Order: sequence, then C-alpha cells, then structure tokens
Amino acid sequence: MVNRFRDNPDAIRELLRGGEVHRDVYTDEELFELEMQRVWRAAWVYVGHDSQVPAAGDYYATDIGGQPLLMTRSQDGELRVLYNRCAHRGAKVVSAVSGNCGGILRCPYHGWTYRLDGTLRTVPLRSGYAGTGLDESSAALGLGSVPALANHRGFVFVRLSREGRTFREYFGDSLSSIDNLADRSPSGRLEIVGAPLRYLHACNWKMFIENLNDTMHPMVAHESSAGTARDLWKGHPPEARKPMVIEQFLPFVSNYDFFDQMGVKIYDHGHSYTGVNFSIHSAYSAMPEYEALMEQAYGPERARAILSEIRHNTVFYPSLTIKGAIQTIRVVRPLAVDRTLVESYTLRLVGAPEALLERSIMYNRLINSPASVVGHDDMHCYRQIQEGLAAGPNEWVSICRNYSPADEDRGIAGTYNGTSEVSVRGQFRAWIAAMTADWEER
Amino acid sequence: MPSVAGDEELIDLVYTEARLIDEKRLEQWYELYAEDGRYWMPLTRDQKSPTTENSLMYEDKLLLQVRIQRLRSPNAHSQAQPSWCQHVLQAPSIEDRGSISGIAVLRTAFLYVESRRDDQQVYAGVAWHHLKREGAGLVILLKKVELVNCEAALPSLQLFP
Repeated sequence: MVNRFRDNPDAIRELLRGGEVHRDVYTDEELFELEMQRVWRAAWVYVGHDSQVPAAGDYYATDIGGQPLLMTRSQDGELRVLYNRCAHRGAKVVSAVSGNCGGILRCPYHGWTYRLDGTLRTVPLRSGYAGTGLDESSAALGLGSVPALANHRGFVFVRLSREGRTFREYFGDSLSSIDNLADRSPSGRLEIVGAPLRYLHACNWKMFIENLNDTMHPMVAHESSAGTARDLWKGHPPEARKPMVIEQFLPFVSNYDFFDQMGVKIYDHGHSYTGVNFSIHSAYSAMPEYEALMEQAYGPERARAILSEIRHNTVFYPSLTIKGAIQTIRVVRPLAVDRTLVESYTLRLVGAPEALLERSIMYNRLINSPASVVGHDDMHCYRQIQEGLAAGPNEWVSICRNYSPADEDRGIAGTYNGTSEVSVRGQFRAWIAAMTADWEER
Repeated sequence: MPSVAGDEELIDLVYTEARLIDEKRLEQWYELYAEDGRYWMPLTRDQKSPTTENSLMYEDKLLLQVRIQRLRSPNAHSQAQPSWCQHVLQAPSIEDRGSISGIAVLRTAFLYVESRRDDQQVYAGVAWHHLKREGAGLVILLKKVELVNCEAALPSLQLFP
C-alpha cells in the first residue's frame, strides 16, 4: 500500500475544503486503516449495554476497529472491558458472542485461565516457566483492560487510546439524548431485548453515520417504501385510527418544510441530533396507561418534560446512533473501507406497558432489518455512492448546504435549520482533528 | 373433524406458493394469504414471539401489499435492476392434518437463491406453512421461514424466501 497520508497531516487536512470533502475519505484503504487507528481509538466508542451482562460471570464479546473486546461482570458486580486476547499465544479467549463463564475465563488452546478482571490466574504445568522471565513479561499482565471506560446510564463506552479527552469532554451535552431515553423508563432502567438486527452495508461507515441526520433524503429515497404506504392509506379520513405500520411509515415522506423546521443540534467532536423541535416520532398515538405510570414515577411536570422531548436521531460519533423516542439504537462497526455492519437493538423501558415494546419492535423491523424496504432504499443509495465516486474528474463530494465561508472561523456547536448539511461538516471537522493529532505519543 | 384437505391439495399449495413468488406473480401470491395471514421470518433460532422480539420480517397483509406495490413502483431504485429468486423445495412433510385444530401444518426444507445482476445470495432453511380451509380452497394463515443463518449479518434481502 502506498503511504500517502500516514506521515502527511497536510494531505489529510486537504481532504476537507469548506463545503467539500474529497472522495478518498470513502474509498481509500490507507485512510480506512488510519481512521481505525486514530479516529476510532481517540473516540469514546460504544461497546454495549450493561443489561447484556446482568449477572456475575456474564460476558459479551464485540469488535471495535478490528480489535476483539470483551465486556464482563465480575463477582463484585464490577463491569469491565478487556481485550479478548490470550496473553500466551494470542487466541481469543472467549469464542461465543455472549454467555456466562462461571468465574474464570479459560483459553481454548492451552488452557491459561484469567479472572474476570483480566488478571492471569493459572498456567498449566507452571514449573516449565521457572526462571524464564514469564512473570516480568507482557504475558504476566493478563488480558489487560482498556485504558478508559465509562458507563453512562447503562451505555458502556471505551476509549482505546491511553491519552485523550475525558468522557464528559468528549460527549458534552449530547449525553442528554441518552438521559432522555433512560428517563422514558418509569423505573429509570433499560434492558436490551433479544438479538439485534444485523444488516451488512456494502458501503463506507461514514455514509451510514452521515445519513442519520440527513433530512433531505427521506422524501426522495423513501418515496418507494413510505410513499407506497401513504398511497395505500389514501382515502381514509384524517381522523381514522391508523394502523401502527402506517403511523410509523407516513412521517418519512413529510415535506421539506417539516424536516427543515425539525432543527438540528450540533455538538463538538462530531455529535449531533435532529429533531430539536419535533420529529418523525411526534405524531404517534398516545399511550395513556404509560403516561400515567410516568406521572406516578416523576410527577406530572417532569413526566411531561421527558415525553415532550421527541428527538429524531442522535449521533454519538463515530459508533452509536440512538432514537430515544422509539427506544432503538444502531451500533456501527466498520469492517473494511466499503463494508460496514450495522447492528440495531431494541430497548425495553423496564416497568412500562408491553405495548411500547411492541411499537419499538415493529419500528426496528420496519426500518433496520436486512429485509426492510426502508433499509433497501438507503442501502441502495449508499452503494450508488460507493460505486459512483470512482467516476470522472470530479473528486469532490458536496456538503455545503447552508454553509458559509465565515463558518471556518468559528466553532460549529449550535442549533441550525433541520435540512442543513452542517452535521456532516461537524463530523469531518472531528475526523480531520483526530486523523492529524500527534499519534506517536499515544 | 376430518383433515383440512387431502394430502395432495396441502402439498400442492406449498409448491404453488413458492412458484408464484419465483415467477413474480405476486398479486396472485398475496391472494393465497388469509385476511389475518402472516409471513414471519424470525431472527433467532427457536424464537418465541414475533411482536416482542426482533424479526427479519413479520408481515400482515397490509405490509405485504406495501412490498408488492413497491416492487412495481418506478421509485423503487433498489429494484431498477430487478432481483429474481428461485426456491428449490424438498418434498413437504405434513406434520399435522388439522383434524382437531382445523389448521394443517406442513414442513418444507428449502434452498433459496436471490440474485440481482452480478450479486447472488444463497440461503437454506425450513418453511412452515399453517393452512386452513376457506370456502372452496385453502389459505395460508402463517408462513414461517426459518433461515439456517438467521442470526448472521445479512445484506439486503429484497424478495420472499
């Protein structure tokens, strides 16, 4: 591979010029490798939800930026994230995605064992290591824990670089979207329900993330799916009770004005959410039984405040997007420059009526399944981009909607009209910063 | 109560159902489903519930109608280059003739190929058909499609295994 970017921060900076970004960011393999090492290691990346490891001995395995990780719960209740890599010869110590290991993690190859805090417990036929220096070697450190971990209301994030921003510095007030999701539970508790939908995207991971706060595409790309549902519903009087399917599909084909008025909020470091004022989830049927439970739990005023915050998508750059209003989260796992796995989970609001769970389950299936017609619309467009970018002399991708050259001299955080492409520009600012930071020190 | 139908009629419906999909005679296919019929593709092995756990598909007739109409729509860009599919069915076995419940249950192992120009995906699994008598004919109350790789990360699956 040609190293055009590794030691050339200026070449990386030149990939973003005002309202344009160079196509290489989506197609270049060296940039993909570098962003796994830099963007994904400097970021606080979502690992999983703590309800996935409720009991002592539970584990959950995942991969972040190509590194196998393991979330565990030890006997003392402590949650940890370890590297899923035997200190001996490097095998992944855990083979299944999740399960309970008792109290000990045991490598399937030579049987080295580890405690749930990752420390080395036993080595078979230990006498063979007398005088070898094993106790002073890297192997003595065991599996090793990630350098930094944060559990925010059940959402577990890690930072894989030793140095970097604190969790609060990194996310700032964007965490209010996680708070709102958790607050929607009358008990304050959330639980991951069953398995995630796992949709393999034949595109660069950034296209998926960018699309979450792209409000200029639904009325075009989803005309085929949501527009068909709208056409089928035509002729019913406005007061007719809509089937849940129709209720969930219709807002996707709202007009430009709707999405513009929705508003978008931008935070530093790539985070953002659309739906500052309202969102595509605002017109869902009321659930009086649930609202009563919320009032009981929080008092009428606070309950109203929680439920009237109806955000669209919040992007926790670069790895997680959440929809608090419908209790759905999407986890982004880049696999290659043009391959991305998106895992979509449903969360149960513990203590809320089953009807809410059924609504969330329907939404997740309608939108995020590999068999979703809405998903097909989006995936097709990403693929068209991935292939289309190779064409011709125009090497630039336009992201200048509502851009002003004066933006260059100010911070990007703030509230904007909903159809602005400012969220994409915010993501690339964060991306350039992480890609050009001084990495030798970390 | 006798069987819902003769063995041959039950088995024929399973073959017909697959053939109508493969030939994209989808309006006719849709008519095979009972008014409260469902097409269900679970996400996990031995999945209990289609409404409180995630599924790859769980379609009532309204959703099937959305899909069929969408496939005919000029705005369905993901089908501008159309997908085609082929079911290859093992002989269906009759698990229950429905003499008590009024619902016959058939089990059919299958291979399913879905292709779109240069892309081809191959799936295997078991389809369960729950059939009941309605007037002169049989209708599908439930088709449950258990993919052997239901838990895998899958690319777009655009037709009907």
